[in-house]
Amino acid sequence: MPDRPLTAEELEERLEDDLDPVLSTRRTAEGPALALARFTRAQQNFVLHWVSVIVKTNSEMGFQFASQVPIALDLMDIEEVEKWIIHAMDVYDKQGLYPGSRAFQAVEQYSCALSERVVGIGFEEVEVVLERFLRGLSGRPLKLIAGDRVFTDSERIFLPACLASLGSPGRNFSLYKAMASFLWAQTRYGTFRRGAEEPTALSARCDAYPQPERAQRLFEALEAIRLTACIERDLSGLYREMMSLQRELGQIVHPSSWSGALHRLRRRNATVRDSFEFLSELYSATDQIPQPYCFQGRMQLEAVESAMQERQLREKEKFRVALKRLVDGQPDTPVGVAQRSRLEMDQRPLEVLNEQGSKVLTVDGQPLIPPADMQALMRSIWQDFGEIPEAYLVPAGSAPYWVDNGGEGRFREDLVDGPRDDNAYVYNEWDYRRGHYRKDWCVLRETDVHPSDESFVEDTLTRYSALVGQLRRTFEALRGEDRLLKRQIDGSDIDLDAVVEASADMRAGMEMSERIFTKFNKSERNMAAVFMVDMSGSTKGWINDAEREALVLLCEALEVLGDRYAIYGFSGITRKQCCLYRIKRFGESYDNGVKRRITGIRPHDYTRMGVIIRHLTGLLRHIDARTKLLVTLSDGKPDDYDGYRGEYGVEDTRQALIEAKYEGVHPFCITIDTEAHAYLPRMYGAVNYVVIDEVRKLPLKVADIYRSLTS
Amino acid sequence: MAKARGRPRGRLVDLAYFPAVILNSALPMQATARNTDDYMVTEEPYYAAQGQEIELFEAAYTNRIPVLVKGPTGCGKTRFMEHMAWRLRRPLITVSCHDDLTASDLVGRYLIVGGETKWVDGPLAHAVRVGGLCYLDEIVEARKDTTVVIHPLADDRRLLPIEKTGELLSAPLQFCLAISYNPGYQSVLKDLKQSTRQRFVALEFSYPAADLEQTIVEKESGLSGDIAAKLVRFAGMTRNLKGSGLEEGASTRLLVHAAKLMASGVAPRTACQAAISEALTDDAEMLTAANELCASLF
Ligand SMILES: Nc1ncnc2c1ncn2[C@@H]1O[C@H](COP(=O)(O)OP(=O)(O)O)[C@@H](O)[C@H]1O
Ligand SMILES: [Mg+2]
Repeated sequence: MPDRPLTAEELEERLEDDLDPVLSTRRTAEGPALALARFTRAQQNFVLHWVSVIVKTNSEMGFQFASQVPIALDLMDIEEVEKWIIHAMDVYDKQGLYPGSRAFQAVEQYSCALSERVVGIGFEEVEVVLERFLRGLSGRPLKLIAGDRVFTDSERIFLPACLASLGSPGRNFSLYKAMASFLWAQTRYGTFRRGAEEPTALSARCDAYPQPERAQRLFEALEAIRLTACIERDLSGLYREMMSLQRELGQIVHPSSWSGALHRLRRRNATVRDSFEFLSELYSATDQIPQPYCFQGRMQLEAVESAMQERQLREKEKFRVALKRLVDGQPDTPVGVAQRSRLEMDQRPLEVLNEQGSKVLTVDGQPLIPPADMQALMRSIWQDFGEIPEAYLVPAGSAPYWVDNGGEGRFREDLVDGPRDDNAYVYNEWDYRRGHYRKDWCVLRETDVHPSDESFVEDTLTRYSALVGQLRRTFEALRGEDRLLKRQIDGSDIDLDAVVEASADMRAGMEMSERIFTKFNKSERNMAAVFMVDMSGSTKGWINDAEREALVLLCEALEVLGDRYAIYGFSGITRKQCCLYRIKRFGESYDNGVKRRITGIRPHDYTRMGVIIRHLTGLLRHIDARTKLLVTLSDGKPDDYDGYRGEYGVEDTRQALIEAKYEGVHPFCITIDTEAHAYLPRMYGAVNYVVIDEVRKLPLKVADIYRSLTS
Repeated sequence: MAKARGRPRGRLVDLAYFPAVILNSALPMQATARNTDDYMVTEEPYYAAQGQEIELFEAAYTNRIPVLVKGPTGCGKTRFMEHMAWRLRRPLITVSCHDDLTASDLVGRYLIVGGETKWVDGPLAHAVRVGGLCYLDEIVEARKDTTVVIHPLADDRRLLPIEKTGELLSAPLQFCLAISYNPGYQSVLKDLKQSTRQRFVALEFSYPAADLEQTIVEKESGLSGDIAAKLVRFAGMTRNLKGSGLEEGASTRLLVHAAKLMASGVAPRTACQAAISEALTDDAEMLTAANELCASLF
């Protein structure tokens, strides 16, 4: 049987041969292989052929292709798929790896454009704008994801990969916006809200009817009335736009038996409870459920409920920890007394407190102002419950959250500076659950990055040649130098040239300049910066490329500027094998060795950050500079194999950063993890980090961020 | 600029010749005739209090403790100082600090006036002499040597040493030093040092609560309630974007600007775009998002 399709295992094996250079334990060919197993042998042969062709140009592109081609085969015929491949490889040749990979990833958009060349608009084109739009509308941040159904699980919003149902790209954008806004409104105006004591889940309520599916559709229609009215009240411009879309696609007509519901659900104080009441009233009285609005989507109740359940557990704990911290942080509250104090929460509705909800919490009558991250948390809880439930108002744990345990809380000089064996350093680690350090917990070793002879640095400089020139000029202007300023209004010495000129002027009957002094201008740039670069396994592929490119451009800029700097990579596996990779030390010049080491940066294992920060802080201690900076380039949360994750990793990293600040080091983090807002403020502080939303922008931004950070 | 070019340069000059150069100079009498009255705030500046800041300032003033006003740009710090100067009936001398500002810009310098070198007080020395309020706006922008002259003034010595004249000014009871500082900057150089900040009573400002901000916008622009309310909501939206694409949200100042444009007939969306969105960012996608947000309200 020559035409038997290959099985997933067979496919995986074949793919592995070609894709080996970009695979790792965490990134395997299994996913593509599974997805390809259901295609015909001819299609599979087509794919395998192209994989082997593409990897000859670039392995990562091969991987991207293998991952996306199952979708492509669903959307397009073979000829069109081939066009798509040629298009993506063309982009790769002209613009490089990231745009090339993006071209593969944008397969839905490509096929959409193919069929709807003029009017359609793809998800990728609207994603960034709409995500920001929703963030501006307030409330819990919502992530946008392309999918085939339109719904929200209360943390993510799923939208179609492309829209072409209206006559122009502009109108189709409007439809995208209307969908996203409507789903936002479900989370914002409490469609999924239940009282803290209320046991019945939404799906259970629908299941109580003989035809649960019908009950849900009815409920959706009722909520649509209530939510569009909320939007009309709060965002009248948006409401007009949404209604004009609906008019274009056909008016919604409500049966006359719905007039009571229409009236009440449109009132300002209507809640989801009213919709439930009308659900039971109209379930048997209505035979026809009105058409859904064009932006309405279908609710996925299980998705909402599991997201909510998981979130509520998480947020309750987080809130109680934050509360504990807030209460203990009060100057007059002795630690321990807090548990017995009376905590009160202003329970006025979210709408009233929303933007300025700061003075809502009191301890024994004293108002407390929650920090910004806690306020965001409170708003999210409010969105779920319409209040902060009583059970949340109990500060966490009996052990104080963050205690300075005198001597123990400081690190031991002998361990920091004294190598144990040849090249090993031992560090404490902070265990937040115990509120103590674990002594001598981590072992760190320094090694050099294995240098590579590829032409990466030159390639990068060529690719970004325009930018490099621009960077050099910007940084030149920034360079501080000790220099003698001439022709000053005042100063320590007389500027003889100026005096001569001035006297000549005066003799000639002209006005005499008053700028006849010289002044010594001392440079105030006295700075040393260490860059710590994430070399964990998750940076494999284009993140690694982006990091290396960013370093190349950064070095160009810093060489012009003349600031002292060092670069280290880090990774490791378990506390016993924390690794610091030397790339450029202080005092080492930016020579070929450094360039070959930058080129040689490769992803390794995990991300244990605390120990690295402690070590580099030690390094900065011996550098005499007025301003000391520790800049992290990362792609995600702290994470190691042996339990160093979640809260634990975040808290140890935070502790290490507090130690660093204590020694006068300014920490800063540049990340490409778009989820970073959830944990970076806790670690680095509200203003000490930047999130870059697209990997391909990293190389362009790093030097720029360094500039604004230090001027 | 009637400077002839090409005349001989760098010739050695007999220094005895120097006074003669200065003789008969026709330098205008700038800066010498500073009058205290120029700095008096005679009409009450409109200021809507956010909290207890007026009482706190008055208490600090009576106790001769200098004041640090913290807060993002455009939230009313300058207006507050003007209001306090009016309330306390003291002259207000404001210095907007910048990265070229040195200690001598604050204290004073010798100028060549009417053929003689003449000492001219800088704004800080002037404020000390006349017993006024001296407001150093955005102090962290100034060069670091300025802290040297501020420190002795800001503790209970209340002294201003003028190195160049050898004078030691002791501040009268009425003198008050106030500095402002924006804690939101991402620059490590723009951190206020502990040794400086710990000399001051700190008043924290943020954007006013929504209803208060609406009142301010109405009062400053003459715009009616509904539109002003929408403007304030738009500001709230941009503030939600702080850290997610915007460095800062719209300040009260920007709202007042937009409101003034609207009051003179500019359409709301155009006014918001020009006075607010474009002022906040150049990023194309951010601008689109901001314009969409604005359009969702108006
Ligand atoms: N509390 C307030 N009362 C009155 N006007 C205010 C207030 N806050 C802000 N404003 C308005 O905002 C504008 C900018 O305020 P300003 O004091 O210059 O800000 P800052 O000095 O904090 O940068 C003022 O001109 C005024 O129109
Ligand atoms: Mg100001």
